[in-house]
Amino acid sequence: MNTESIGWWGVVIGILAGAVRGGTPFLLVSLGECLTEKCGKINLGLEGTLLVGAMSAYAISYKTGNPWIGVAAAAGAGAVMGALHAFLVSRPKVNDIAAGIAMLIFGSGLAFYLGKPFIQPSAPQLPGLELGGWSAMPQVAAALKISPIFLLGIALAFLLQWAFRSTRFGLRVRAVGDSPAAARALGISVGRTRLLGITLGSALSGIGGAHLSLFYPGAWTEAISSGQGLMAVALVIFARWNPVHCLYASLLFGGAQAIGPSLQAVGVSTGYYLWNASPYVLTLAVMIATCSTRRTLAGAPGALGVPG
Amino acid sequence: MIIPPPPGRPAAPLDLELVQVTKRFGSFVANDRVSLKIPSGTFHALIGENGAGKSTLVKCIMGFHTADEGDVIIGGHSRDIRSPADAYQFGIGMVYQHFTLVPAMTVAENLVLSRPDLPATIPWEAERKRLNAFMRTAPFQVDLDQPASQLAAGQKQKVEILKQLYLESRFLILDEPTSVLTPGEADEVLGLIRRKVEAGELSVLLISHKFREVFGFCNSVTVLRRGKVTGGGLVKDLTTDDLAAMMMGGPRTPRTVAKADRAPGAVALELKGLRADKDSGVPALEGLDLCLREGEVVGVAGVSGNGQRELVEVLAGQRPATGGEVLVHGEWYGATRTDAARHGVFLLPEEPLRNGCVPAMSVAENIAFREFDRPPIRLAGCLVSRRGIRGFAQGLISRFGVKTRSTETPIGDLSGGNVQRAVLARELGPGTAKVLIAANPCFGLDFAAVESIHGQITEARNRGVAVLLVSEDLDELLSLSDRLLVMSHGAIVHETTPAQADVKVIGHHMAGH
Ligand SMILES: Nc1ncnc2c1ncn2[C@@H]1O[C@H](COP(=O)(O)OP(=O)(O)OP(=O)(O)O)[C@@H](O)[C@H]1O
Ligand SMILES: [Mg+2]
Repeated sequence: MNTESIGWWGVVIGILAGAVRGGTPFLLVSLGECLTEKCGKINLGLEGTLLVGAMSAYAISYKTGNPWIGVAAAAGAGAVMGALHAFLVSRPKVNDIAAGIAMLIFGSGLAFYLGKPFIQPSAPQLPGLELGGWSAMPQVAAALKISPIFLLGIALAFLLQWAFRSTRFGLRVRAVGDSPAAARALGISVGRTRLLGITLGSALSGIGGAHLSLFYPGAWTEAISSGQGLMAVALVIFARWNPVHCLYASLLFGGAQAIGPSLQAVGVSTGYYLWNASPYVLTLAVMIATCSTRRTLAGAPGALGVPG
Repeated sequence: MIIPPPPGRPAAPLDLELVQVTKRFGSFVANDRVSLKIPSGTFHALIGENGAGKSTLVKCIMGFHTADEGDVIIGGHSRDIRSPADAYQFGIGMVYQHFTLVPAMTVAENLVLSRPDLPATIPWEAERKRLNAFMRTAPFQVDLDQPASQLAAGQKQKVEILKQLYLESRFLILDEPTSVLTPGEADEVLGLIRRKVEAGELSVLLISHKFREVFGFCNSVTVLRRGKVTGGGLVKDLTTDDLAAMMMGGPRTPRTVAKADRAPGAVALELKGLRADKDSGVPALEGLDLCLREGEVVGVAGVSGNGQRELVEVLAGQRPATGGEVLVHGEWYGATRTDAARHGVFLLPEEPLRNGCVPAMSVAENIAFREFDRPPIRLAGCLVSRRGIRGFAQGLISRFGVKTRSTETPIGDLSGGNVQRAVLARELGPGTAKVLIAANPCFGLDFAAVESIHGQITEARNRGVAVLLVSEDLDELLSLSDRLLVMSHGAIVHETTPAQADVKVIGHHMAGH
């Protein structure tokens, strides 16, 4: 079988492959954002963290020759960014949205500045899991080359889901995010819990950055992220602060992102840019469809958007 | 000398002593050299007017506030309690005046979360077994899988008390635990705690405004007034008048407003087949009919959680009705600001800090909420006069006896009772009310305040205001109402008058039989 003969199947395969490849950064960032918001704070700076993560992963992988050390570096850099955000929002009268926007600009600026020397050289990439070896079609084989970070993301989604219900840390995070006053009365340190939650959340989105620069698209450029960090915020609301729903939503968004390129690959180029906008249209459509004026959003942490 | 917490928690009830405890907020002295002694295995009451400093004092014991001066002595040693977790280590537990349940969590999760020795991962199966075993011995039953946000005030309070029993505290501080309970429930709860005290399992410090509870359940009492101890002793040596005099700083003459003899006038408020849902989407009001005339007080009794909250929220415009009609003076009523002003519909919501105030805004601003967009507070165009707000509030603050340091204090810093008074001042102050809807208006008020609010309500009725009084306090309903309705499962199931009321029959209907 040759490339032409699979025709429209190519589109489907392209979208599925895109869901996994393009959905991975969504997944990691949205899990990080989910954890952060469960603490009762929003971190809009995760877009910046994503870039810092991508840059550090690439740079360290290049310097050490080991992409896994790059991933660790991305997580570490993300954690530092998160700790900074957590510190900022713990100060009285600091608004988390404003602090997040500052962190976004700071993060991308930092990544572009430190990343300049790494635009040219090529760094060792993360190995993909070849699950498509059985197929003779190169498209299928390529689509089934899975990023190890995607697998990590799936595991993390279920881990977080379980943690929110069945670990001390998870219950404390929910308490702090829903009612800081009640948490204080229970002797839970609101500041410390938020510091930990926001730092971990940010580390996750750093790892999401590593996927961008070390797997797909697999190079460090300044245009490596197309707003995944910001869209993850909407995605978390769409997923109703449920980590496993974040997984499904990420796949959906990743797939939507791949519609345009997949159509183009089979020669349909009308409305290319329109198709490329589909994740954003999807965001809006989902928001409108699922929002109700009658009920407050089920699952929204009570302290979200409340100062203090 | 300060001794660190002992390893392991005590098994016997604690004795606790406060020596010259002083707590200041800025220049304001909330507790002024307070000393009191609670021997092991006693039930001690702490009483005082709203704002006397009772909650502040116990928060110092709990490590929520740090006392500026003075000592907390437990078991003969001075102890340094810096956080509620320290207090737990000493076996001290507290039920706060404001709820401390995490709304999004289920009752089971709330109970488990309260354990400071919580393991890093929670073995839910074992934990469930423990909870079920605990619930079998518990004095009241609550659905463990219900989220706390779905519980009515009375049920929340029960969970708060269950939580302390679950934690096996040896010294229990209760800050007005019964304000949201019916008298029957209150007796049940305090009776159970009393038995635990008698069995030598607990010492208790109870903050209450109800003399009935002090005399019915306590061994000894301390009275606070403006932050200072003004008296106390063994309950058996004291009378109600003694306590009242200590609280008010002198003997006091009861002042009750008599109900004027008048026939009810035209229909003011009519509800026809009203329906509404709870937050979860489950129906809360299932076709409620009700008619309220000018110059009468209609009381609505019922066990909390039978739709009272939703009824008041619909009338307040906080919740959309899903069916039926609300008519005021014969016209369709949409509970908008314009409608409310035009028809003179005023409201005293329950939990006023949450339902009727913006906690971070000043007392003056909160009091001016009904009036700020009308002259004279509104100047030309859309400008609002700060001075007008302050002046307007100042007048009402003194008329209604709201204790606040200044008009600019955030209302969230006021004591519970004073928040209530501030809201009352806002709603009844201008005197333009034609329909008044009051939900548990005396929740947490001292007896002088209760008397004054009851007086205000009766006076309003005598002036011809139609009053809908939704309350969980049957005594209050029986003394104020002209007609009494019983609500159960979202509908009115029984109607009577206080004169003909049979408490047994009412109880029967309340229980849904
Ligand atoms: N965090 C705070 N900051 C400033 N002032 C406070 C604070 N907490 C309490 N106060 C003030 O201290 C005084 C005592 O308040 P407290 O809550 O102890 O009264 P209370 O005796 O419990 O009254 P109530 O019966 O109404 O609950 C009040 O005047 C209150 O305004
Ligand atoms: Mg109090």
